[in-house]
Amino acid sequence: MSAEQQYAVELKNLSFQRGDRDIFKDIDIRIPRGKVTGIMGPSGCGKTTLLRLIGAQLRPSKGDVWVNGQNLPGLSRSELFDMRKQMGVLFQSGALFTDLDVFENVAFPLRVHTQLPDEMIRDIVLMKLQAVGLRGAYELMPDELSGGMKRRVALARAIALDPQILMYDEPFVGQDPIAMGVLVRLIRLLSDALGITSIVVSHDLAETASIADYIYLVGDTKVLGQGTPDELMNSDDPRVRQFMKGIPDGPVPFHFPAADYRDDLLGGR
Amino acid sequence: MRKTSTLERIRLLGRAGIDAVATLGRSTVFLLRALFGRSSAGNPLQLLIKQLYSVGVMSLAIIVVSGIFIGMVLSLQGFNILSDYGSEQAVGQMVALTLLRELGPVVTALLFAGRAGSALTAEIGNMKSTEQLSSLEMIGVDPLKYIVAPRLWAGFISMPLLAVIFSVVGIWGGAMVAIDWLGVYEGSFWANMQNSVSFREDVLNGVIKSIVFGFVVTWIAVFQGYDCEPTSEGISRATTKTVVYASLAVLGLDFILTALMFGDF
Repeated sequence: MSAEQQYAVELKNLSFQRGDRDIFKDIDIRIPRGKVTGIMGPSGCGKTTLLRLIGAQLRPSKGDVWVNGQNLPGLSRSELFDMRKQMGVLFQSGALFTDLDVFENVAFPLRVHTQLPDEMIRDIVLMKLQAVGLRGAYELMPDELSGGMKRRVALARAIALDPQILMYDEPFVGQDPIAMGVLVRLIRLLSDALGITSIVVSHDLAETASIADYIYLVGDTKVLGQGTPDELMNSDDPRVRQFMKGIPDGPVPFHFPAADYRDDLLGGR
Repeated sequence: MRKTSTLERIRLLGRAGIDAVATLGRSTVFLLRALFGRSSAGNPLQLLIKQLYSVGVMSLAIIVVSGIFIGMVLSLQGFNILSDYGSEQAVGQMVALTLLRELGPVVTALLFAGRAGSALTAEIGNMKSTEQLSSLEMIGVDPLKYIVAPRLWAGFISMPLLAVIFSVVGIWGGAMVAIDWLGVYEGSFWANMQNSVSFREDVLNGVIKSIVFGFVVTWIAVFQGYDCEPTSEGISRATTKTVVYASLAVLGLDFILTALMFGDF
């Protein structure tokens, strides 16, 4: 099997800077096709930035982003928009269109990218809503939905065009245990049933570890560790251990870098 | 507390200059992409009509009410001054010329910036902060064409029409005060106006001004929304910037256009 067939997404030698600050430095990440891959790391380490790089919403400072055999930084603006039809993203907030009801939100990608008749669009939308358990809510407006329901509608919208790659940006943040359980089950189910390549960006350890086939741990501009959830749990690397076990102080320090505490307190006197 | 040295202040000044030039460049690319980029999704006419309604029709009330009052005040003030010289018959001419050449386009643009411009900035900024713009991009729809372009065209089309409506109701309000209240002879009010107002010099120049103002105000409004920091504070700052920048741009451009149109160079 060639690398292109085996991996849906490959980040090669990728660097990204914001101003003078390095977010990523020469990282290599390969996302296997048809699997659920977790990208984990502490808050603020650039996980969402990584998703935006894969979606080509940001351009890397250096390196390649290969998605389905195409190097995204080399594509024109219109080629990029065509390319994105193969991807779906579930944003942290759901990002539903607030002026459209649930049905129209899910129908939106179908209406803009296909010439399907209304009856067929209706059937597809109801099937997608059924998959996320919200067929009965098709007439509601986004402001009438709970946070968990919004994310499920957004998920139905993200799979409306049957994408090959589905990216989840912090899907478990701010969810109650039931909503979280539903999302965990849905992500795994969609991946298994439709063969979608799923990329889950999250810092929720237990949930991500329970569904991911493979996990990349990123932080400090690098890939700190990678492997199956079990491999990472049993890793000897202190940085991986600190994150996986939730140890407050270690290679990632508890204190933000500062002058000496004693000098700071007594220095002004 | 951080202290800023003189050298640091000079550096910050330079940085502000570079930022301003970069913003100007970004906004120009943004405008060109929105107006001339590849159309990606949706029926453009349908999107435009929806925006014409929210940008143009929804601004009608404030334009009409302001137009009537400004026309009435002009007439009243003009009558008081002109009657000292026994030329109160010229009040119609004064109201019409003031509205068509200056107040119509300028006040409409200022009101348009406050009513429609701030709404456009807040709406687009809010879409950005709730990731709706990112979401459109990832669905494969260019937000510049789907969200920005219809709003830009709606602003370009609405503003001159609103300015014309403003001038018309202003003249009507002025006539009401002068003729019905102050007793100026109706025949001389309208005749004086007709004799002194030239279509090319006054009406057309006023329309040209309003087209330029509509272009600038809408451009500033949509760009500020699109470029804002996606937080509630960022949106509030962008909305304020829209009103301030648009008002200053309108007043500055008005002087330049007036000098070019009526300056006799």
